[in-house]
Amino acid sequence: MQTFGQLASSPSAASGSRLEQLAAALPKFETRGMNFFYGTHQALFDISLKVPQKSVTALIGPSGCGKSTYLRTLNRMNDIIEHTRVMGPVLLDGKEIYSPDVDVVSLRKRVGMVFQKSTPFPKSIFDNVAYGPRIHGNRNRQSLVEIVEKCLRQAALWEEVKDRLKDSAMALSGGQQQRLCIARALATSPEVLLMDEPASALDPASTSRVEDLIIELKQNYTIIIVTHNMQQAARISEWTAFFCQGRLVEFGLTKQLFTNPVQKETEDYITGRFG
Amino acid sequence: MSTVPNQTEPDHSASARQIDSRHSIGKLFEFACWASTWVSLIVLLVLLASVGYQATGWLSWRFVTSLDGVKVQEAGLLAGLVGSFWLVSITALMSVPLGVGAAIYLEEYAKPTLFTRFIRLNIANLAGVPSIVYGILGFTLFVRMFGLPKATYAVSLGFTTFSLQLPLGRSIIAGAMTLTLLSLPVVIIAAQEALRSVPASVRHASYALGASKWQTIWFQVLPAAIPGILTGVILAMSRAIGESAPIAVLGAATYIGYVPGKFKSLSEVVTQPQKLAAAPFDQFTAVPLQIYNWVNEPKQEYQYVAAAGIVVLLAVLLLLNGSAIFIRQHFQKKIRW
Repeated sequence: MQTFGQLASSPSAASGSRLEQLAAALPKFETRGMNFFYGTHQALFDISLKVPQKSVTALIGPSGCGKSTYLRTLNRMNDIIEHTRVMGPVLLDGKEIYSPDVDVVSLRKRVGMVFQKSTPFPKSIFDNVAYGPRIHGNRNRQSLVEIVEKCLRQAALWEEVKDRLKDSAMALSGGQQQRLCIARALATSPEVLLMDEPASALDPASTSRVEDLIIELKQNYTIIIVTHNMQQAARISEWTAFFCQGRLVEFGLTKQLFTNPVQKETEDYITGRFG
Repeated sequence: MSTVPNQTEPDHSASARQIDSRHSIGKLFEFACWASTWVSLIVLLVLLASVGYQATGWLSWRFVTSLDGVKVQEAGLLAGLVGSFWLVSITALMSVPLGVGAAIYLEEYAKPTLFTRFIRLNIANLAGVPSIVYGILGFTLFVRMFGLPKATYAVSLGFTTFSLQLPLGRSIIAGAMTLTLLSLPVVIIAAQEALRSVPASVRHASYALGASKWQTIWFQVLPAAIPGILTGVILAMSRAIGESAPIAVLGAATYIGYVPGKFKSLSEVVTQPQKLAAAPFDQFTAVPLQIYNWVNEPKQEYQYVAAAGIVVLLAVLLLLNGSAIFIRQHFQKKIRW
């Protein structure tokens, strides 16, 4: 067990690519030997991971492996659940996000999140996107109009909704709702976007639009995406982390991890899925 | 044919019988449900018809717009109508913020400790306490204020100054406070239900955008819960406007020669608005109390006057519920899950 943990905590040493080391030198997020508990149940064990900035990192693994839990520790969404505990450093740009002087509100402004199920507010399309800037104190109508248009354009939704910004967001299709949620997350101008299976409830056409969008967005944002779809991970991510039973088994360049995995478990999982 | 023993034949008829009996039980059940609907409907119709029949000839514009007189022909509901209007308005103004506030605290902030569970259980119990008990409580608490000696305070509202007497005595404000106590449990429970029905995903999405707890509650949860909260408020206010027992216990007048604020005509509302500020501290009567009083009169004609009063009360209730449903529909249109 001990040796396995050590291996998992130094995945970059295991694969040892030059590119990888370069990216690891400037991580956006970093966890060092992080453990996570729901009450007395330990969900994450000794996770050491450096998430490179301005790229897409995919978190893959079987259901219940802790990848979503890991994602939610990064914007402290687990704080909402009672009796949860994080042990070990979680660093954003080298600063501990769980230290008492960090304001959760400003952390979540920097680290946006898109959920598996699209969750538009029961309000108009405009108010959905403008909600973020508004709660952070933007009261300027003109600037809100600009932000809404910019974010809807970024989310590739503008052309479809520009004539009905006042309509209820609930009237949009599933794929449109999810892109609206991405636009809404972009409106607070975050640095990181956390995506928890953002396309799993969408049809293939909407999925491919969301994927294109993610590839587009990585120019400016650090994106961490949880996905069950391995082709998706292979298509859109540069980096992949494989989780299993609350442990980080392997982390590396997506190409490398998918074609030439270091760990036996990773290989089993990937080949098992591909048949 | 009949001589050949057939194995499947008896089985078949048995299952057919079973199906037959299931069918007849189904029919019986449907009939029972149909009958219970119509029994209650017929009782209601008979009640409405008899009241409406008795009220004909007595229900008039004069009856609704004049103060009660000494003779049967001079009977009028105006004092009660205005009194009930004041009562319900002030009750709503007090019980909605208090009730919704309490519900928000219990649902969103309070940790599920033994103490909060105790509070929740007691609120549910309070909703079932007979109204006369609230009347007695209100009498001690607001009308007499535990026998506090009478004193008058000058209260300045900026544009006008009026004198506030404590204890509150048999005033509208004491009545409204009592009705607030009465309707609070209903409002709290309905608001709690409404808040609980807002999906957790809405809260999480709001938190994920960096909204604080109060922003999430104020801008997302509360607007989404408004239709449900309104339903509870309507129910509570309908109950409050029809209550006579607690009002009677408080010692509201059964006969009164003026409307609250002692307005002589409608135009005085504009010309002498300072009377509005004094109105809540006036003695009053309410529609159900006037009806109760008329029913107790020995003269047969007063039964018809009472019937006319009941028709007016029902109309007011219908108006109140109708407008509230309209408002709720308006809010619901904007909210679709």
